[in-house]
Amino acid sequence: MASKYINITLKVWRQKNANAKGAMETYKLNEVSTDSSFLEMMDQLNEQLINDRQEPVAFDHDCREGICGMCSMYINGRAHGPDTGTTTCQLHMRKFNDGDTIYIEPWRAKAFPVIKDLVVDRSAFDRIQQAGGFVSVNTSGRTMDANAIPVPKVDADKAFEAAACIGCGACVASCKNSSAMLFVGAKVSQYALLPQGRVEAKERVLNMVRQMDEEGFGNCTNTGACEVECPKGISIENIARMNREFLKAALTSEK
Amino acid sequence: MSMLDSKIPEGHISQKWTDYKNHLKLVAPNNRPKIDVIVVGTGLAGSSAAASLGEMGYNVKAFCFQDSPRRAHSIAAQGGINAAKNYQNDGDSIYRLFYDTIKGGDYRAREANVHRLAEVSGNIIDQCVAQGVPFAREYGGLLDNRSFGGTQVQRTFYAAGQTGQQLLLGAYSALSRQVGLGRVQMFHRHEMLDIVKVDGKARGIIARNLVTGEIERHSAHAVIIATGGYGNVYFLSTNAMGSNVTAAWKIHKQGAMFANPCFVQIHPTCIPVHGANQSKLTLMSESLRNSGRIWVPKRKEDAEAIREGRLKPTQLAEEDRDYFLERRYPAFGNLVPRDVASRAAKERCDAGYGIEANDTNEGVYLDFSSEIRSKGKQAAFAQGDQNPSEDKILELGKKWVEEKYGNLFQMYEKITDENPYETPMKIYPAVHYTMGGVWVDYNLQSSIPGCFVAGEANFSDHGANRLGASALMQGLADGYFVLPYTVSDYLANEIRTGKIPTDTPEFEEAENRVKSSIDRMLSNNGTKSVDHFHKRLGLIMWNKVGMGRNEQGLKEAIEEIATLKKEFFADVFVPGSAEELNPELEKALRVADLIDLGQLMAIDALQRKESCGGHFRDEYQDEEGETLRDDENFKYVAAWEYKGDDISQEQLHKEELKYEFIKIAARNYK
Repeated sequence: MASKYINITLKVWRQKNANAKGAMETYKLNEVSTDSSFLEMMDQLNEQLINDRQEPVAFDHDCREGICGMCSMYINGRAHGPDTGTTTCQLHMRKFNDGDTIYIEPWRAKAFPVIKDLVVDRSAFDRIQQAGGFVSVNTSGRTMDANAIPVPKVDADKAFEAAACIGCGACVASCKNSSAMLFVGAKVSQYALLPQGRVEAKERVLNMVRQMDEEGFGNCTNTGACEVECPKGISIENIARMNREFLKAALTSEK
Repeated sequence: MSMLDSKIPEGHISQKWTDYKNHLKLVAPNNRPKIDVIVVGTGLAGSSAAASLGEMGYNVKAFCFQDSPRRAHSIAAQGGINAAKNYQNDGDSIYRLFYDTIKGGDYRAREANVHRLAEVSGNIIDQCVAQGVPFAREYGGLLDNRSFGGTQVQRTFYAAGQTGQQLLLGAYSALSRQVGLGRVQMFHRHEMLDIVKVDGKARGIIARNLVTGEIERHSAHAVIIATGGYGNVYFLSTNAMGSNVTAAWKIHKQGAMFANPCFVQIHPTCIPVHGANQSKLTLMSESLRNSGRIWVPKRKEDAEAIREGRLKPTQLAEEDRDYFLERRYPAFGNLVPRDVASRAAKERCDAGYGIEANDTNEGVYLDFSSEIRSKGKQAAFAQGDQNPSEDKILELGKKWVEEKYGNLFQMYEKITDENPYETPMKIYPAVHYTMGGVWVDYNLQSSIPGCFVAGEANFSDHGANRLGASALMQGLADGYFVLPYTVSDYLANEIRTGKIPTDTPEFEEAENRVKSSIDRMLSNNGTKSVDHFHKRLGLIMWNKVGMGRNEQGLKEAIEEIATLKKEFFADVFVPGSAEELNPELEKALRVADLIDLGQLMAIDALQRKESCGGHFRDEYQDEEGETLRDDENFKYVAAWEYKGDDISQEQLHKEELKYEFIKIAARNYK
């Protein structure tokens, strides 16, 4: 496709650090190639700010191919901006028009405090994972042969679809309750669907849900915004599965 | 003359690792909690090492610069992981995997290391399945496989186009479990900025807390560096933006040799460059070469018409297309190794047949139409329709392709705004992986005692060219199945050492080195951004130390990089302060190290007067344009010793490679 250049206005959340009060700042940016990704546009803004001896905007990003889950911007009121099934690094400027004003904010959630500008602290996700997001198998090289337990393709595929979660937090940012249930539901489902994960299924779901609540995430009220904004298309079926697993575990747990 | 002892054990190749392992020293379980181990980097190698050592009972501290260990760039590996399971009954074995890897590396890797890798490859798959990694399966419930370049068997395990993600999340889950149990302490948003040596041994690191800017001292009885490769020296590469050489370069400056820095993998199938503001290049998995056919037009005027938009690729008749890989390499066809495929694409584009409408016309087609038709017909047949309509064939064929490669096709469309189900993908080679790295012995120990290096950060297993789906294998092999044994052997002598204090002159000195390098950046008050210099470095490297290299270009590159280094330190501007989150400062510190490394790569490429694997010297090729190795003079690992700020003074040490079990021969994929 032939590339074009557009001129845009940016309204960006600037916040010096976790304790400072933030505010929206306005920047004009010209000659943005429509072939650029959104983050390349941000690079261009930062280059302009540096040349003007101003401090560049801090934002999280790393792989820039939609898989690391690091980029986390709330653009024009939507997590990862105006496209579905995408991360911010895979959003391209051809989705915008010449003369547009674009609003860029960090994820907003109590459990994701702002560190600086557009950078937030998502370590709550790590702690939920540490509470139970694993199979308790040590490294040995003496586990059974990988083909010893056949797994129905349907289950393996569903487990994979749940495991495709990139842990970006768009679900939390999009949810009016700041709920993390899509993230937790996906992890619980991945293991619940595989024979290797069944052994610890009860303990896992109880521990992960407990940690999720302790971190200050809200509850799910079935709005479904998370599913719409999830860059990897994780289905809210996973939340339903987690709820079933949780109920089963809570009613029959021996602890 | 050589200071390099590879410590390769005696014995038959198939018994070396087993015998060696049986005689390594151990640390008893009651002594392990008295011993501290630092792991830097949490990709496949780092996460798996940290998790395994934590499980064993050592006190582990793990570090990553990202906001979570799960973000390490192993996450982005797409196609798959090799293992000699022979589930497909197509003649695979440990020996075949070993042989393919040595040959694929153009006979510049160590036999013993590679054989060990092949031996443990099967254990990796078992381990990952036990962890709940959802590999692709067949309808019978058993694991599926596919082919990768440079092999004639199907030994690649995969999870759609997200195999690296699934394996890393598996290792991350094992690591998370140990963090939850208190066996591993995780330091995210922390960057290692130097190593601390006491009496010649690695005893700790200096790290910067990237949120507060605090400079921290961490001590340990052993330090493992698993910080990935240095492809970002080219600015544009398939690496993540944060990927860097700093940890590896800091240990190099403190005595670890750097081996074969010029061995870089240029991956054939990446999305072509679009413009000056581009920040990175995106890989399209090699697995696509199972189904896609690579071509350019046979006639230059057709290529020109395509570039100018007057002709569509789908309008070009079959006989007017040049499937150049199938033409040149009939035995392996589109599945030749990466270095071979990349050079062939460059050769066609240099000759004027490129199809991309950018400044360089550099691009070739990767076309799925044959596969869509053939799989569509098969699927219709399987449904009982022996005379399917054209529409039905295309519909079923596209469905098959979507199931195999859906996420890759979607990513391609997002980036290029073109639908690869309807029109062929445009691709061109891009920097992807670095075979060179820190020199290590058989134990994966660098030339600093107590400092081990794993995964892409070391040089050990891939020679001059890595085969597809072998990086994931090596990362996990090092972390799960090699380091736990060899690090324990080293630590067996440390059980009486006791806690290592950090209030010593050695820590003080290392901390001062770090602080003065940060001060230097922030007080410089120059006029240009870090990216400005990084982009210039990238251009020098791509043009003169890239896919085709020659004596004159390399000599120019060495001079130009030396000049760039002076300019960088005179004129770089780093805003902000040291006591806060400061991404520009992080970049500046990394680019300073990449500049030094870039110069060493050019020096290494200049001394290697032969072509092998990814290292192609224009002067050394045969009449058909294939690499011309010189085994008599260059069958060695080039390991460089740091000699101070002037990189041109680095001293070369040679480790002679011995081939006792494989007959060394010219690589032939024809």
